[in-house]
Amino acid sequence: MREALRQGPAERDKPVMDSTIASPQVTYLNHEHTLASWLLTKDHKRIGLLYMGVVTFAFFLGGIFATLIRMELATPAGDLVSADTYNKMFTMHGVAMVFFVLIPAVPAILGNFILPLMLGAKDVAFPKLNLLSWYIFVIGFLFTVYAMVTGGVDTGWTFYTPYSSQASNTNVMATGLGVFITGFASILTGLNFMVTIHRMRAPGLTWFRLPLFVWAVYATSLVQILGTPVIAITVLALAIERFLGFPIFDPANGGDPVLFQHMFWFYSHPAVYIMILPPMGAISEVIAAFSRKSIFGYSFVAFSSLAIAVFGFLVWAHHMFISGISVYAALVFSFLTYAVAIPSAVKTFNWAATMYKGAIWLKAPMIWAIAFLGLFLVGGLTGLFTASLGVDVHLHDTYFVVAHFHFIMVGGAIMGYFAGLHYWWPKITGRMYSDIWAKVAAVIVFVGFNLTFGPQFILGYLGMPRRYHVYPEEFQVLNVLSSAGASILALGYILIAIYLVASIIRGEAAGNNPWHATGLEWTTQSPPLPHNFAEQPVVTEEAYAYEKREVTVG
Amino acid sequence: MADGAVAHAHDHHHADLQHHFDTLEQQHEAATLGMWLFLVTEVLFFGGLFLAYMLYRVWYPEAWAAGSLELDITLGTINTAVLIGSSLTMALAVRAAQTGMQKATINWVLATMVLGLTFLVIKYFEYAEKVEHAHVPGWLGGGFDPSLPRPVELYFSLYFVMTGLHATHMVIGFGILSVIAWMAYKGRFTREWNTPVEISGLYWHFVDIVWIFLFPLLYLVDRAHGAGM
Amino acid sequence: MFSGIPLFPEQGSTIAADVDALYLFIVAVTAFFGILVTVVVLYFGVKYRTNDPMAVGERIHGSIPLELAWSIIPFLITIVIFIWSADIFFHIQRPPDQTLEIYATGKQWMWKFQHLNGQAEINELHVPMGRPVRITFTSEDVLHSLSLPAFRVKADAIPGRYSSLWFEATGVGEYHLFCAEYCGTKHSGMVGRIVVMEPTAYQEWLSGTIEGTMADRGARLFSDLACNTCHLEDGRGRGPSLVDRFGATEMMADGGARVVDEAYLRESILTPQARLVAGYQPLMPTFQGIVSEESVMALIEYVKSLETAAVAAAGETGHEAAEAAGH
Repeated sequence: MREALRQGPAERDKPVMDSTIASPQVTYLNHEHTLASWLLTKDHKRIGLLYMGVVTFAFFLGGIFATLIRMELATPAGDLVSADTYNKMFTMHGVAMVFFVLIPAVPAILGNFILPLMLGAKDVAFPKLNLLSWYIFVIGFLFTVYAMVTGGVDTGWTFYTPYSSQASNTNVMATGLGVFITGFASILTGLNFMVTIHRMRAPGLTWFRLPLFVWAVYATSLVQILGTPVIAITVLALAIERFLGFPIFDPANGGDPVLFQHMFWFYSHPAVYIMILPPMGAISEVIAAFSRKSIFGYSFVAFSSLAIAVFGFLVWAHHMFISGISVYAALVFSFLTYAVAIPSAVKTFNWAATMYKGAIWLKAPMIWAIAFLGLFLVGGLTGLFTASLGVDVHLHDTYFVVAHFHFIMVGGAIMGYFAGLHYWWPKITGRMYSDIWAKVAAVIVFVGFNLTFGPQFILGYLGMPRRYHVYPEEFQVLNVLSSAGASILALGYILIAIYLVASIIRGEAAGNNPWHATGLEWTTQSPPLPHNFAEQPVVTEEAYAYEKREVTVG
Repeated sequence: MADGAVAHAHDHHHADLQHHFDTLEQQHEAATLGMWLFLVTEVLFFGGLFLAYMLYRVWYPEAWAAGSLELDITLGTINTAVLIGSSLTMALAVRAAQTGMQKATINWVLATMVLGLTFLVIKYFEYAEKVEHAHVPGWLGGGFDPSLPRPVELYFSLYFVMTGLHATHMVIGFGILSVIAWMAYKGRFTREWNTPVEISGLYWHFVDIVWIFLFPLLYLVDRAHGAGM
Repeated sequence: MFSGIPLFPEQGSTIAADVDALYLFIVAVTAFFGILVTVVVLYFGVKYRTNDPMAVGERIHGSIPLELAWSIIPFLITIVIFIWSADIFFHIQRPPDQTLEIYATGKQWMWKFQHLNGQAEINELHVPMGRPVRITFTSEDVLHSLSLPAFRVKADAIPGRYSSLWFEATGVGEYHLFCAEYCGTKHSGMVGRIVVMEPTAYQEWLSGTIEGTMADRGARLFSDLACNTCHLEDGRGRGPSLVDRFGATEMMADGGARVVDEAYLRESILTPQARLVAGYQPLMPTFQGIVSEESVMALIEYVKSLETAAVAAAGETGHEAAEAAGH
């Protein structure tokens, strides 16, 4: 028999507003309407939305390239596009998705919006710098789009030399410049967030009372600050070699093309942790909120974020096991790669354990989070194969690797982004979306995704190399399955856009805290005030203090 | 009502206090932490070039020595002294700002800028000499001296990229200091708030330190044995 | 309908079964943990679900023993995988002492193979079954990668240096050969086949029309390019003698020592100023741009063939003999 319900302290869950009448609140969305008020805003919430616009556009752009790739690969012959065009497509797919979607998605969109709210602050530490970061991001994006429309680039998103420095006839410079410029947006955002977390927490909000999303963003900022400058100098060196003929990686002068790979991966491996840590943070929030209990092993999850950030810098050459590095170097990097897998495993176990004796509310964000768990699990576990030296010789540069990283980056990072987006959407927009359609989309994306990338593991072990425009006939059936899956995946993503846009037009009002979750962001109105809180919040309890509600599951 | 608001003590709404900060002290700490973090990114930025430099120096010690001997050690030493001097003047500028001495602040900042400019002028002469001697890699200077072993061109690639990047940072620093000088002239700095001077000082010192690493690495390779000076 | 779809590649070499065994072990481990966590999550999600928006879960903060357990046990499992994998990796990377040598270059967009007896092939490689074969190769332009999936081996072709891979084919047949490092327009066209033959059939095939061995070609180059005017056999020329040098250790001017292997010889021909043998002046001109990578390989084979009768009589070619001769 159910125990009597009792509301918790009144401040945490304001009474649900009459949901059919939009209350005439002043919000960050409606207090100013001009274009200038958006393009010159210093409000972290508006800046988050500005990022969302660009990132979403980049996502659809990258998605179009992916569609063309999968269409071409449905048949073994190169019958849809020429080889050069195909090479440009996979390159531009990678560039768009890595630099303009995966890196910024959670930090620049959700991080920007939610972080100050979670900290009880009025804004980030450097609001003008925040706006400047967005402009830098956009300018970098425009350079890259310019490169794409005026002939494209075909080096692969990895720009390996000497092909990129000497052989390619495409817009390497413009793309490189775009990536270089955009990197500064990432650096400045990371810097901004770090200072914000250090200096702008609400009174009483000690480090170990922070929500785990903050820990995740903090660890990410560490990586952004330490890693991104290295890709910047790498791309700059490449541009100088290509444009001015200064030999830096050129073997004819005694230069080392493999040096490029070391420099490139020194950033690009930690970059994948920039892509996955914030979504993991979002997952922690969602699982806690929809299990209505604290994340199991809070400090382990918090420290695992830091461990991943630090260890992530020590494994870069696992992308280079057969690139001519010594056997002993390979051993060291393989060992460290296994070490860095452990904190991620720890997180996964903690998330699962959180659900034990929880009060699981299977609303859409939770469904997305569970889908994340399934896909991230496969992605992470398949890393064990590629980390294994003996097996990686065979798997390197095959579709196995492609499948592995898509499981992590799309199945992990993008799913985590959507889980966070679905969770915080009511806060951002003040509206609720259709829960049913959101769950349907989660299922469609989950199924489509598995069908797209599952067969690619098999293709990889069979030996099908990456970046192949044409392939032997015996690989066709698996490729067709993959392409079929991609079409289902695309439908899922389009569905998300539809119901989210619909929610803005006619979704019901969300109220302050539709999920009855803990966290400072839920104590203020939805959408929030321009300056976030009517009064400075003070924190007196741990994160995820659901037990204070004095209600237990019946 | 555990979550009740606590009225926080407003700073007497200091003109320089930005609205999202509670106190000037918080604002100052945020700014300095931000600048230190930015300098860390700069270390990593230059770091990639130092990595390339180290690798190739180990591979081609003779070429590195040959390249280094081609640099003018006199000018390099003078430039080092100039930059260290400019860090001194910058430190004095920060001190002047912190003690509310407006004129001294302006003067020391201008002195720093003069020394920085001196550095850049000397650098210009060094580069010009390199062009004359066909030590510019690639196709910029009309071709590299073909009588030198190939890896020497690699050395000069790194020489130009590293010193060029450094010089770019100096130019940016020059720009920053002119803004600081202007702000000082307008009386913007007080004993309570002079953070921009302080963090500009941090930036300037960093640029100086980079040179202190570049000088021995580029100019002093094997000088003891080489013809040089 | 599905009978024609391969799900697992053929095992074409001695190492393939080992690699596959490790692979299956990792599959088992990942399947175990994958299924375990999935089942647990779904079970909890169903068992503890509630539609009550105001319900809360039980207050459980964590468990140190559990954290230790699920950190340490997976780590130990990864150590097992690591060690097993490293063992296979050493085996893959270290060829046995006696291998059939084949040289190759990758260039946009083809593979060129050279057998020692002078036989050349493009995009196709004939090898004998049951004998260790080592392919030493480089790239003439951009990065490529020689991939032989049936043998489970692969290595990048890097311009400016040599790579090698080795295998011992276990069954007659034809297998895929791919370029596995993106190299431009016809990257996916840079494919071919490796043809494994019975040893006797291979020998017959080998003695098709050829005009001299690689070493013969190297000898011709050695005199055409006037190498023999400095590298006198008695060592009193302007350059060191090359007789019995392959596999020996050379003392360098900077005090160090280098083993004279393929990479060293290539470097000496293309960038002679990089390293000087002790006791000689830096007089050797560079042959960069004058000799092709394939010619360099021919010259290397020629130098390898420069053995005194005593060394040759010792019965073995290559490294062991040179060391036995006391160098």
